[in-house]
Amino acid sequence: MSLITIEPRIKRGGIIRDRVAITSNYAAAYAAKDVEVDVVAAYPITPQTPAVEKVAEFIANGELSAEYIPVESEHSALSALIGASAAGARTFTATSSQGLFYMFELLYIASGLRLPIVMALATRAASAPICIHGDYQDLAAVRDSGGWIVMIASSAQEVYDSIIMAYRIAEDSRVLLPVMVSYDGFLMSHTTEPVELYDLDAIRRFAPKKIDRPILDSRRPITMGVMAVPDWYYEIKYQVIDAMHNSMGVIKEVHDEFNKTFGRNYRLIEEYRIDDADYVVITYGGIWGNTKRAVDIARKNGIKAGALKLRLFRPFPTDDLVRIVEGVRAIAVIDRAVSQEHQ
Amino acid sequence: MSTGAWTPPKTTKLMGWRELPAIGGYIMEPMSTTKNTTGSWRTERPVIDQDACIRCRTCWMYCPEPAILELDKPYVTKDGRRYDLTYEIDYDHCKGCGICAHECPTKAIKMVPEGAEE
Repeated sequence: MSLITIEPRIKRGGIIRDRVAITSNYAAAYAAKDVEVDVVAAYPITPQTPAVEKVAEFIANGELSAEYIPVESEHSALSALIGASAAGARTFTATSSQGLFYMFELLYIASGLRLPIVMALATRAASAPICIHGDYQDLAAVRDSGGWIVMIASSAQEVYDSIIMAYRIAEDSRVLLPVMVSYDGFLMSHTTEPVELYDLDAIRRFAPKKIDRPILDSRRPITMGVMAVPDWYYEIKYQVIDAMHNSMGVIKEVHDEFNKTFGRNYRLIEEYRIDDADYVVITYGGIWGNTKRAVDIARKNGIKAGALKLRLFRPFPTDDLVRIVEGVRAIAVIDRAVSQEHQ
Repeated sequence: MSTGAWTPPKTTKLMGWRELPAIGGYIMEPMSTTKNTTGSWRTERPVIDQDACIRCRTCWMYCPEPAILELDKPYVTKDGRRYDLTYEIDYDHCKGCGICAHECPTKAIKMVPEGAEE
Protein backbone atom coordinates (compact mmCIF):
# COMPACT_ATOMS: atom_id res chain seq x y z
CA MET A 1 0.00 0.00 0.00
CA SER A 2 1.50 3.31 -0.98
CA LEU A 3 1.25 6.49 1.03
CA ILE A 4 -1.64 8.75 0.04
CA THR A 5 -0.65 12.35 0.61
CA ILE A 6 -3.67 14.56 1.07
CA GLU A 7 -1.71 17.78 1.38
CA PRO A 8 2.09 18.04 1.33
CA ARG A 9 4.34 20.51 3.15
CA ILE A 10 1.73 22.49 5.11
CA LYS A 11 3.22 25.06 7.45
CA ARG A 12 1.30 25.55 10.66
CA GLY A 13 2.56 26.72 14.04
CA GLY A 14 6.12 26.98 12.70
CA ILE A 15 6.26 23.26 11.88
CA ILE A 16 6.16 21.84 8.36
CA ARG A 17 3.81 18.87 8.09
CA ASP A 18 2.68 16.40 5.44
CA ARG A 19 -1.00 15.56 5.75
CA VAL A 20 -1.38 11.92 4.76
CA ALA A 21 -4.01 9.17 4.96
CA ILE A 22 -2.75 6.23 7.00
CA THR A 23 -3.91 3.63 9.53
CA SER A 24 -2.89 3.62 13.19
CA ASN A 25 -0.52 0.74 12.42
CA TYR A 26 1.19 2.88 9.81
CA ALA A 27 1.12 5.86 12.15
CA ALA A 28 3.09 3.74 14.65
CA ALA A 29 5.54 2.73 11.91
CA TYR A 30 5.98 6.33 10.74
CA ALA A 31 6.59 7.45 14.32
CA ALA A 32 9.31 4.78 14.74
CA LYS A 33 10.89 5.95 11.49
CA ASP A 34 10.65 9.63 12.37
CA VAL A 35 12.29 9.24 15.80
CA GLU A 36 15.00 7.29 13.94
CA VAL A 37 15.04 4.12 16.03
CA ASP A 38 18.24 2.08 15.89
CA VAL A 39 16.92 -1.45 16.43
CA VAL A 40 13.57 -3.06 15.70
CA ALA A 41 12.79 -6.66 16.64
CA ALA A 42 9.29 -7.90 16.05
CA TYR A 43 7.21 -10.94 15.22
CA PRO A 44 4.08 -10.49 13.14
CA ILE A 45 0.67 -11.02 14.73
CA THR A 46 -2.74 -9.81 13.63
CA PRO A 47 -3.71 -6.95 13.95
CA GLN A 48 -0.22 -5.50 14.53
CA THR A 49 1.39 -7.02 11.40
CA PRO A 50 1.15 -4.01 9.02
CA ALA A 51 2.96 -1.85 11.60
CA VAL A 52 6.11 -3.96 11.63
CA GLU A 53 5.84 -4.76 7.90
CA LYS A 54 5.93 -1.03 7.25
CA VAL A 55 8.96 -0.54 9.50
CA ALA A 56 10.72 -3.42 7.70
CA GLU A 57 9.87 -1.72 4.39
CA PHE A 58 11.33 1.60 5.58
CA ILE A 59 14.57 -0.15 6.51
CA ALA A 60 14.70 -2.20 3.30
CA ASN A 61 14.14 0.97 1.24
CA GLY A 62 16.86 2.85 3.09
CA GLU A 63 14.36 5.37 4.50
CA LEU A 64 15.32 4.35 8.03
CA SER A 65 18.83 3.37 9.02
CA ALA A 66 18.12 0.69 11.61
CA GLU A 67 18.75 -2.95 12.35
CA TYR A 68 15.64 -5.10 11.86
CA ILE A 69 15.88 -8.42 13.68
CA PRO A 70 13.32 -10.88 12.29
CA VAL A 71 13.02 -12.98 15.44
CA GLU A 72 11.23 -16.33 15.79
CA SER A 73 8.85 -15.21 18.56
CA GLU A 74 7.66 -12.28 20.63
CA HIS A 75 9.65 -13.64 23.55
CA SER A 76 12.76 -13.22 21.41
CA ALA A 77 11.58 -9.85 20.08
CA LEU A 78 11.55 -8.23 23.49
CA SER A 79 14.68 -10.16 24.54
CA ALA A 80 16.55 -8.76 21.55
CA LEU A 81 15.39 -5.24 22.37
CA ILE A 82 16.43 -5.62 26.00
CA GLY A 83 19.95 -6.37 24.78
CA ALA A 84 19.92 -3.58 22.21
CA SER A 85 18.52 -1.03 24.64
CA ALA A 86 21.04 -2.05 27.32
CA ALA A 87 23.75 -1.30 24.76
CA GLY A 88 22.31 2.18 24.20
CA ALA A 89 20.13 1.72 21.13
CA ARG A 90 16.78 3.44 20.63
CA THR A 91 14.42 0.50 20.15
CA PHE A 92 10.92 -0.25 18.88
CA THR A 93 8.60 -3.22 18.65
CA ALA A 94 4.89 -3.84 18.28
CA THR A 95 2.60 -6.71 19.15
CA SER A 96 -0.95 -7.81 20.03
CA SER A 97 -2.74 -10.23 22.35
CA GLN A 98 -1.01 -13.65 22.38
CA GLY A 99 2.21 -11.97 21.32
CA LEU A 100 2.09 -9.69 24.34
CA PHE A 101 1.35 -12.67 26.58
CA TYR A 102 4.34 -14.48 25.12
CA MET A 103 6.48 -11.45 26.01
CA PHE A 104 5.17 -11.38 29.54
CA GLU A 105 8.23 -12.35 31.57
CA LEU A 106 10.37 -9.97 29.53
CA LEU A 107 8.05 -7.06 30.34
CA TYR A 108 9.23 -7.23 33.94
CA ILE A 109 12.84 -7.54 32.88
CA ALA A 110 12.65 -4.52 30.56
CA SER A 111 11.15 -2.35 33.30
CA GLY A 112 13.27 -3.84 36.09
CA LEU A 113 16.40 -3.11 34.07
CA ARG A 114 15.07 0.42 33.44
CA LEU A 115 15.33 0.19 29.66
CA PRO A 116 13.50 2.89 27.66
CA ILE A 117 11.98 0.50 25.10
CA VAL A 118 8.89 1.73 23.26
CA MET A 119 6.25 -0.74 22.11
CA ALA A 120 3.11 -0.24 20.08
CA LEU A 121 0.20 -2.48 21.03
CA ALA A 122 -2.66 -3.01 18.60
CA THR A 123 -5.02 -4.41 21.21
CA ARG A 124 -6.77 -7.70 20.52
CA ALA A 125 -9.00 -10.22 22.25
CA ALA A 126 -7.38 -13.08 24.19
CA SER A 127 -7.70 -16.70 23.02
CA ALA A 128 -9.57 -19.07 23.48
CA PRO A 129 -11.69 -19.02 21.43
CA ILE A 130 -9.23 -17.57 18.93
CA CYS A 131 -10.35 -14.08 18.02
CA ILE A 132 -8.25 -11.61 16.08
CA HIS A 133 -10.57 -8.69 16.70
CA GLY A 134 -10.16 -5.78 18.99
CA ASP A 135 -10.79 -5.54 22.69
CA TYR A 136 -8.45 -4.55 25.51
CA GLN A 137 -8.04 -7.80 27.45
CA ASP A 138 -4.38 -7.99 26.42
CA LEU A 139 -3.66 -4.54 27.82
CA ALA A 140 -5.67 -5.28 30.98
CA ALA A 141 -3.56 -8.38 31.56
CA VAL A 142 -0.35 -6.36 31.61
CA ARG A 143 -1.82 -3.60 33.74
CA ASP A 144 0.78 -4.34 36.44
CA SER A 145 3.74 -5.30 34.32
CA GLY A 146 6.52 -4.22 36.62
CA GLY A 147 6.67 -0.57 35.65
CA TRP A 148 5.63 0.00 32.05
CA ILE A 149 4.10 3.37 31.33
CA VAL A 150 0.96 2.79 29.26
CA MET A 151 -0.75 5.30 27.00
CA ILE A 152 -3.93 4.63 25.06
CA ALA A 153 -4.50 6.57 21.85
CA SER A 154 -7.84 7.24 20.24
CA SER A 155 -6.83 8.33 16.75
CA ALA A 156 -4.05 7.57 14.28
CA GLN A 157 -2.69 11.08 14.86
CA GLU A 158 -2.59 10.38 18.58
CA VAL A 159 -0.73 7.10 17.96
CA TYR A 160 1.91 8.96 15.95
CA ASP A 161 2.19 11.78 18.48
CA SER A 162 2.18 9.47 21.51
CA ILE A 163 5.03 7.35 20.19
CA ILE A 164 7.15 10.46 19.63
CA MET A 165 6.33 11.58 23.18
CA ALA A 166 6.95 8.05 24.48
CA TYR A 167 10.63 8.22 23.59
CA ARG A 168 11.04 11.51 25.41
CA ILE A 169 9.30 10.13 28.51
CA ALA A 170 11.04 6.74 28.49
CA GLU A 171 14.52 8.19 27.97
CA ASP A 172 14.15 10.94 30.60
CA SER A 173 16.74 10.31 33.32
CA ARG A 174 14.05 10.87 35.98
CA VAL A 175 12.00 8.04 34.47
CA LEU A 176 13.97 5.42 32.47
CA LEU A 177 11.06 3.04 32.10
CA PRO A 178 9.60 1.35 29.01
CA VAL A 179 6.47 2.77 27.42
CA MET A 180 3.61 1.02 25.66
CA VAL A 181 1.37 2.96 23.27
CA SER A 182 -1.84 1.10 22.54
CA TYR A 183 -4.71 1.54 20.11
CA ASP A 184 -7.78 -0.48 19.10
CA GLY A 185 -7.04 -3.55 17.01
CA PHE A 186 -8.75 -3.25 13.59
CA LEU A 187 -11.04 -0.35 14.55
CA MET A 188 -7.94 1.82 14.57
CA SER A 189 -5.07 -0.40 13.45
CA HIS A 190 -6.71 -0.94 10.04
CA THR A 191 -8.73 2.26 9.67
CA THR A 192 -7.32 4.96 7.43
CA GLU A 193 -7.45 8.45 8.90
CA PRO A 194 -5.80 11.76 8.11
CA VAL A 195 -2.51 12.17 10.00
CA GLU A 196 0.00 15.00 9.99
CA LEU A 197 3.60 13.78 9.84
CA TYR A 198 6.01 16.39 11.12
CA ASP A 199 9.22 17.70 9.70
CA LEU A 200 12.12 15.49 10.81
CA ASP A 201 14.19 18.37 12.15
CA ALA A 202 11.37 19.37 14.50
CA ILE A 203 11.10 15.79 15.77
CA ARG A 204 14.87 15.60 16.21
CA ARG A 205 14.77 18.77 18.27
CA PHE A 206 11.87 17.48 20.37
CA ALA A 207 13.19 13.96 20.95
CA PRO A 208 16.95 14.11 20.42
CA LYS A 209 18.93 10.92 20.74
CA LYS A 210 21.01 11.40 23.83
CA ILE A 211 22.01 8.62 26.14
CA ASP A 212 21.48 9.86 29.67
CA ARG A 213 21.84 6.49 31.37
CA PRO A 214 24.41 3.77 32.02
CA ILE A 215 24.79 1.39 29.08
CA LEU A 216 26.75 -1.74 28.30
CA ASP A 217 30.01 -0.54 26.81
CA SER A 218 33.13 -2.71 26.79
CA ARG A 219 35.30 0.38 27.30
CA ARG A 220 33.53 1.11 30.60
CA PRO A 221 32.23 -2.26 31.75
CA ILE A 222 29.20 -2.45 34.03
CA THR A 223 26.97 -5.38 34.98
CA MET A 224 23.25 -5.54 34.22
CA GLY A 225 20.86 -8.32 35.09
CA VAL A 226 22.21 -9.19 38.51
CA MET A 227 20.68 -11.44 41.10
CA ALA A 228 19.50 -9.63 44.22
CA VAL A 229 18.67 -11.22 47.54
CA PRO A 230 15.66 -9.73 49.38
CA ASP A 231 17.80 -7.12 51.22
CA TRP A 232 18.59 -5.55 47.84
CA TYR A 233 15.65 -6.69 45.72
CA TYR A 234 13.07 -4.45 47.36
CA GLU A 235 15.35 -1.43 47.33
CA ILE A 236 15.93 -1.85 43.58
CA LYS A 237 12.21 -2.44 42.96
CA TYR A 238 11.34 0.58 45.09
CA GLN A 239 13.46 2.68 42.73
CA VAL A 240 11.06 1.55 39.97
CA ILE A 241 8.06 2.60 42.06
CA ASP A 242 9.75 5.95 42.67
CA ALA A 243 10.48 6.37 38.94
CA MET A 244 6.86 5.49 38.11
CA HIS A 245 5.76 8.11 40.62
CA ASN A 246 8.14 10.71 39.14
CA SER A 247 7.02 9.85 35.63
CA MET A 248 3.65 11.53 36.19
CA GLY A 249 5.28 14.97 36.36
CA VAL A 250 7.58 14.19 33.44
CA ILE A 251 4.65 12.96 31.31
CA LYS A 252 2.82 16.23 31.98
CA GLU A 253 5.93 18.25 31.12
CA VAL A 254 6.43 16.33 27.87
CA HIS A 255 2.75 16.76 26.98
CA ASP A 256 2.97 20.52 27.57
CA GLU A 257 6.08 20.84 25.45
CA PHE A 258 4.62 18.66 22.71
CA ASN A 259 1.39 20.66 22.65
CA LYS A 260 3.34 23.89 22.41
CA THR A 261 5.74 22.64 19.74
CA PHE A 262 3.32 20.82 17.47
CA GLY A 263 0.08 22.67 18.21
CA ARG A 264 -1.85 19.88 19.93
CA ASN A 265 -3.91 19.71 23.08
CA TYR A 266 -3.08 16.39 24.75
CA ARG A 267 -3.80 15.88 28.43
CA LEU A 268 -3.55 12.82 30.63
CA ILE A 269 -7.35 12.82 30.84
CA GLU A 270 -9.25 14.42 27.98
CA GLU A 271 -12.48 16.16 28.94
CA TYR A 272 -15.62 16.70 26.87
CA ARG A 273 -18.51 18.95 27.99
CA ILE A 274 -17.59 18.20 31.57
CA ASP A 275 -17.95 21.59 33.29
CA ASP A 276 -21.65 21.42 34.23
CA ALA A 277 -22.12 17.69 33.67
CA ASP A 278 -24.28 15.60 36.02
CA TYR A 279 -23.48 12.32 34.27
CA VAL A 280 -20.05 11.38 33.03
CA VAL A 281 -18.90 8.55 30.77
CA ILE A 282 -15.31 7.44 31.30
CA THR A 283 -13.65 5.48 28.53
CA TYR A 284 -10.47 5.15 26.43
CA GLY A 285 -9.28 4.28 22.94
CA GLY A 286 -11.06 4.45 19.62
CA ILE A 287 -14.61 4.79 20.91
CA TRP A 288 -13.84 8.29 22.17
CA GLY A 289 -15.36 9.84 19.04
CA ASN A 290 -18.56 7.80 19.44
CA THR A 291 -18.68 8.73 23.12
CA LYS A 292 -18.54 12.44 22.37
CA ARG A 293 -21.33 11.98 19.80
CA ALA A 294 -23.41 10.17 22.43
CA VAL A 295 -22.82 13.06 24.86
CA ASP A 296 -24.06 15.51 22.20
CA ILE A 297 -27.22 13.43 21.65
CA ALA A 298 -27.84 13.19 25.41
CA ARG A 299 -27.37 16.96 25.74
CA LYS A 300 -29.93 17.50 22.92
CA ASN A 301 -32.33 15.36 24.96
CA GLY A 302 -31.82 17.55 27.99
CA ILE A 303 -29.42 15.29 29.89
CA LYS A 304 -26.38 17.11 31.24
CA ALA A 305 -23.84 14.57 30.01
CA GLY A 306 -20.09 14.79 29.74
CA ALA A 307 -17.24 12.42 28.94
CA LEU A 308 -13.68 11.70 29.97
CA LYS A 309 -11.03 9.83 28.06
CA LEU A 310 -8.14 8.16 29.85
CA ARG A 311 -5.07 8.79 27.75
CA LEU A 312 -2.65 7.69 30.43
CA PHE A 313 -3.43 4.26 31.88
CA ARG A 314 -0.18 3.64 33.82
CA PRO A 315 0.65 5.43 36.04
CA PHE A 316 -3.08 5.88 36.62
CA PRO A 317 -3.95 9.58 36.96
CA THR A 318 -6.09 9.00 40.06
CA ASP A 319 -5.74 12.49 41.56
CA ASP A 320 -6.66 14.22 38.31
CA LEU A 321 -9.61 11.90 37.76
CA VAL A 322 -10.99 12.32 41.27
CA ARG A 323 -10.69 16.10 40.98
CA ILE A 324 -12.47 16.21 37.60
CA VAL A 325 -15.42 14.01 38.59
CA GLU A 326 -15.96 15.62 41.98
CA GLY A 327 -19.63 16.53 42.39
CA VAL A 328 -21.07 14.63 39.42
CA ARG A 329 -24.19 12.54 40.08
CA ALA A 330 -23.20 9.34 38.31
CA ILE A 331 -20.33 7.88 36.32
CA ALA A 332 -20.58 5.22 33.61
CA VAL A 333 -17.42 3.35 32.67
CA ILE A 334 -16.93 1.71 29.30
CA ASP A 335 -14.01 -0.67 29.76
CA ARG A 336 -13.34 -2.79 26.71
CA ALA A 337 -11.66 -5.52 28.73
CA VAL A 338 -13.96 -8.02 30.38
CA SER A 339 -12.92 -9.40 33.73
CA GLN A 340 -14.31 -12.91 33.87
CA GLU A 341 -14.24 -12.88 37.67
CA HIS A 342 -16.74 -10.06 37.96
CA GLN A 343 -20.26 -10.00 36.60
CA MET B 1 46.47 -17.87 53.50
CA SER B 2 43.16 -19.49 54.17
CA THR B 3 43.29 -22.67 56.16
CA GLY B 4 40.30 -24.09 54.41
CA ALA B 5 38.21 -23.97 57.55
CA TRP B 6 34.80 -22.35 57.27
CA THR B 7 34.70 -18.65 58.04
CA PRO B 8 31.60 -16.49 58.04
CA PRO B 9 31.16 -14.44 54.82
CA LYS B 10 32.40 -10.88 54.78
CA THR B 11 29.33 -8.68 55.07
CA THR B 12 28.57 -5.82 52.70
CA LYS B 13 26.92 -2.69 54.07
CA LEU B 14 23.25 -2.67 53.13
CA MET B 15 21.95 0.39 51.32
CA GLY B 16 18.51 1.89 50.93
CA TRP B 17 16.99 2.71 47.54
CA ARG B 18 18.14 6.33 47.68
CA GLU B 19 21.74 5.38 48.40
CA LEU B 20 22.19 2.72 45.74
CA PRO B 21 24.92 3.77 43.30
CA ALA B 22 22.77 2.93 40.27
CA ILE B 23 19.29 2.03 39.07
CA GLY B 24 18.14 -1.39 37.87
CA GLY B 25 20.62 -3.20 40.12
CA TYR B 26 23.43 -2.21 37.75
CA ILE B 27 26.91 -2.75 39.11
CA MET B 28 28.96 0.17 37.95
CA GLU B 29 32.45 -1.15 38.58
CA PRO B 30 34.07 -4.22 37.07
CA MET B 31 35.51 -6.99 39.28
CA SER B 32 32.93 -6.39 42.00
CA THR B 33 32.23 -10.11 42.30
CA THR B 34 35.62 -10.48 43.98
CA LYS B 35 33.96 -8.79 46.98
CA ASN B 36 31.15 -11.29 46.91
CA THR B 37 32.55 -14.09 49.01
CA THR B 38 30.81 -17.29 48.08
CA GLY B 39 32.98 -19.64 50.14
CA SER B 40 30.23 -20.09 52.72
CA TRP B 41 28.10 -21.92 50.12
CA ARG B 42 30.49 -24.87 50.28
CA THR B 43 29.60 -28.21 51.83
CA GLU B 44 32.87 -29.86 50.74
CA ARG B 45 36.24 -28.22 50.23
CA PRO B 46 38.89 -29.23 47.70
CA VAL B 47 42.29 -30.02 49.18
CA ILE B 48 45.31 -30.28 46.89
CA ASP B 49 48.02 -32.84 47.54
CA GLN B 50 51.03 -30.78 46.43
CA ASP B 51 53.18 -33.88 46.03
CA ALA B 52 50.74 -35.64 43.72
CA CYS B 53 50.05 -32.45 41.69
CA ILE B 54 51.92 -32.35 38.33
CA ARG B 55 51.16 -28.62 37.65
CA CYS B 56 49.21 -29.42 34.48
CA ARG B 57 46.89 -26.44 35.07
CA THR B 58 43.76 -28.49 34.29
CA CYS B 59 42.00 -27.50 37.55
CA TRP B 60 42.86 -23.82 36.94
CA MET B 61 41.27 -24.00 33.49
CA TYR B 62 38.14 -25.86 34.57
CA CYS B 63 37.34 -23.91 37.76
CA PRO B 64 34.21 -21.86 36.98
CA GLU B 65 34.81 -19.19 39.62
CA PRO B 66 37.91 -19.06 39.17
CA ALA B 67 39.02 -20.09 42.64
CA ILE B 68 42.21 -21.97 41.78
CA LEU B 69 45.15 -19.67 42.41
CA GLU B 70 48.30 -20.08 40.33
CA LEU B 71 51.08 -18.79 42.56
CA ASP B 72 54.73 -18.07 41.78
CA LYS B 73 55.78 -20.19 44.70
CA PRO B 74 58.52 -22.80 44.20
CA TYR B 75 57.84 -26.26 45.57
CA VAL B 76 59.91 -29.42 45.75
CA THR B 77 57.97 -32.65 46.03
CA LYS B 78 58.93 -35.44 48.40
CA ASP B 79 60.30 -37.41 45.43
CA GLY B 80 62.44 -34.44 44.31
CA ARG B 81 60.44 -32.85 41.48
CA ARG B 82 60.99 -29.09 41.38
CA TYR B 83 58.21 -26.71 40.39
CA ASP B 84 58.21 -22.91 40.06
CA LEU B 85 54.44 -22.82 40.54
CA THR B 86 52.03 -23.90 43.21
CA TYR B 87 48.28 -24.23 42.84
CA GLU B 88 46.18 -23.32 45.85
CA ILE B 89 42.46 -22.83 46.51
CA ASP B 90 40.85 -19.43 47.09
CA TYR B 91 38.53 -20.59 49.86
CA ASP B 92 36.79 -17.19 50.01
CA HIS B 93 35.28 -17.86 46.60
CA CYS B 94 35.37 -21.65 46.09
CA LYS B 95 31.77 -22.95 46.20
CA GLY B 96 32.91 -26.55 46.51
CA CYS B 97 31.50 -27.75 43.17
CA GLY B 98 34.19 -30.44 42.88
CA ILE B 99 34.92 -29.96 39.18
CA CYS B 100 38.66 -29.61 39.93
CA ALA B 101 38.70 -32.90 41.82
CA HIS B 102 36.75 -34.58 39.02
CA GLU B 103 39.09 -33.28 36.29
CA CYS B 104 42.44 -33.73 38.04
CA PRO B 105 44.38 -36.37 35.99
CA THR B 106 46.47 -37.49 38.98
CA LYS B 107 43.63 -37.43 41.55
CA ALA B 108 45.64 -34.89 43.54
CA ILE B 109 42.52 -33.04 44.66
CA LYS B 110 40.27 -34.52 47.32
CA MET B 111 36.89 -33.17 48.38
CA VAL B 112 36.75 -33.04 52.17
CA PRO B 113 33.44 -32.41 53.97
CA GLU B 114 33.41 -29.01 55.70
CA GLY B 115 34.00 -29.39 59.39
CA ALA B 116 35.97 -32.61 58.94
CA GLU B 117 39.74 -32.78 59.38
CA GLU B 118 41.82 -33.29 56.25
